[in-house]
Amino acid sequence: MEIRAGSRLKSSVCQTEVIAVKAPGTEMDIRCGGVPMVDPTGSIPDDPSPLDAAMNGTQMGKRYVDADDTIELLCTKPGEGSLGLGDALLTIKESKPLPASD
Amino acid sequence: MNLMMLLEMASSAFGERVAFGSKDGSGITYQELYERAGKASQYFKETNAEHVSFLAESNLGLPISLFGSSWAGLPFVPLNYRLAADEVQALADRISPTVTVTNNDLSSIVQGKEGVSLVTGDQLIDITTAGATPDPSWNMDPEEIAILLFTSGTTGAPKAAVLRQSHLVSYILGSVEFMGAADNEASLVSVPPYHVAGIAAMCSSVYSGRRIVQLPTFDPEDWINLVIKEEITHAMVVPTMLARIVEYLDNDSSVKITSLRALSYGGGKMPRPVIERALTLLPDTNFVNAYGLTETSSTISVLGPDDHREAFQSSDERVRQRLSSAGKPLPSLEVSIRNDEGIEVPIGESGEIWVRGEQVSGEYLGQGKKLTADGWFPTNDGGSIDDGGYLFVEGRIDDIIIRGGENISPGEIEEVLLDHPNIRDAAAVGVPDEEWGEVIIAVVVSRDPESFSESTIKDFTKEHLRSSRTPDKVIQVDELPYNETGKLLRRVIKAEMVKEL
Repeated sequence: MEIRAGSRLKSSVCQTEVIAVKAPGTEMDIRCGGVPMVDPTGSIPDDPSPLDAAMNGTQMGKRYVDADDTIELLCTKPGEGSLGLGDALLTIKESKPLPASD
Repeated sequence: MNLMMLLEMASSAFGERVAFGSKDGSGITYQELYERAGKASQYFKETNAEHVSFLAESNLGLPISLFGSSWAGLPFVPLNYRLAADEVQALADRISPTVTVTNNDLSSIVQGKEGVSLVTGDQLIDITTAGATPDPSWNMDPEEIAILLFTSGTTGAPKAAVLRQSHLVSYILGSVEFMGAADNEASLVSVPPYHVAGIAAMCSSVYSGRRIVQLPTFDPEDWINLVIKEEITHAMVVPTMLARIVEYLDNDSSVKITSLRALSYGGGKMPRPVIERALTLLPDTNFVNAYGLTETSSTISVLGPDDHREAFQSSDERVRQRLSSAGKPLPSLEVSIRNDEGIEVPIGESGEIWVRGEQVSGEYLGQGKKLTADGWFPTNDGGSIDDGGYLFVEGRIDDIIIRGGENISPGEIEEVLLDHPNIRDAAAVGVPDEEWGEVIIAVVVSRDPESFSESTIKDFTKEHLRSSRTPDKVIQVDELPYNETGKLLRRVIKAEMVKEL
């Protein structure tokens, strides 16, 4: 699927939903639980089989990035799957909480 | 990307929390705000307006209009209700056709104007009470315009700064932790809706889940009473507001503020004596100085609570000076000090503050983006960064005094003046002079006008400033001119001094 900033995706294996905050606007293989994510309006493939190694869960409000910093996904609904780009799992973008300034 | 996605997340994760309103439960929850924003978006679209404007003090119609316009895909344009009627009308013409959310007192300003349809905040509440909430239908295009903010216009006609969805969403994601607020936290917002900090406060609070209490018109006594009654934990003020709060607390030692964990300030230069007094009066409160511009979607640099304490308690004047700094840039962006040729200057030297990052717009309606080819926004603010990484803001570059070829920041002189026990407020301006190019005129407000003596003040500045930087003249006035968001109007002072001398 072509992913650009603002694209929404939902998991095929759990309740996870994400929004791309940063994306190159090209074809990308975004997965959750090891299974490709789909357009929220699209249908989930029959009998998706999640990979155990990719079932560590997503957290709402966290941003997930790949090692090369090509994509950043914001988790808008949490679930049991882990996000991935191809076979590689995405990691939480650590943010230093700032004191409330406004 | 759309501000609505932030509210949608808030509504689904903690929809039952009060978003805007009192701790007694009156007000609207995040879920209700979401539903009302959806219904408001339908109403806004039916009016065929191209902009949603807001001409009123803060009220419940404000967040509904802000998020409703993002849902509808229409720019939200808060208007400064303190401007003269003809100025407001001129702004309305620039955004026509518009639906204007207003109140009974202010509606007459634009009533009957072509291309302006009016609705009061109360009517908007009624309109968004009945009926069904539409399905999510907002646009996720990051380039869509979220907000148009007419800049305060200390020079010339107001320009409309353009903040796109990507700028505001990046700012929130980069600086606020989702659901980071405990459910007993509450933020008091007393800056007006047409100030970028007022907009940013609403977005930050929605994403963190912190209840907002609105104070439509600032008054120090009302502010303090609301903090106590509503058990306010967070608040943001401009320097003039803090000065008045400090003055009030100084005069009435029976007032006890215990709930306030964090008090942030920004929007203008904070006189050091005011912040020092505030730190003494509110020892358990965390102080945060936030520096930012409309064009940068609010805050770009923050002096945090630990920095405040360290500087305040230090005996090292260099560390103590940091109390006058804007702290360190947010990790999500870059700040650089450049000279006239756009080349970065060495640490400690003054130049123009440049900033680059996803939250930086630097765009004005009809004028395009004022960014360099590689994405930097020259802010037109002078400043320097010390060896600890602290940013010192010196004010608008146009305000810098050039005396005998030396660039002098008015702020440095004002700081010294304010340290004198008899000076309550001070401004330094440059006035044309044949010999020096410009001479320095200090305009001051005395605590005790009877005992004011020009020579005493001049001697005092000579003890603390390099001789080329001491005022050539010190003039006493009753008060200094500020705009309503706390910005000192140096240009007005300068014009008066040029006329007078």
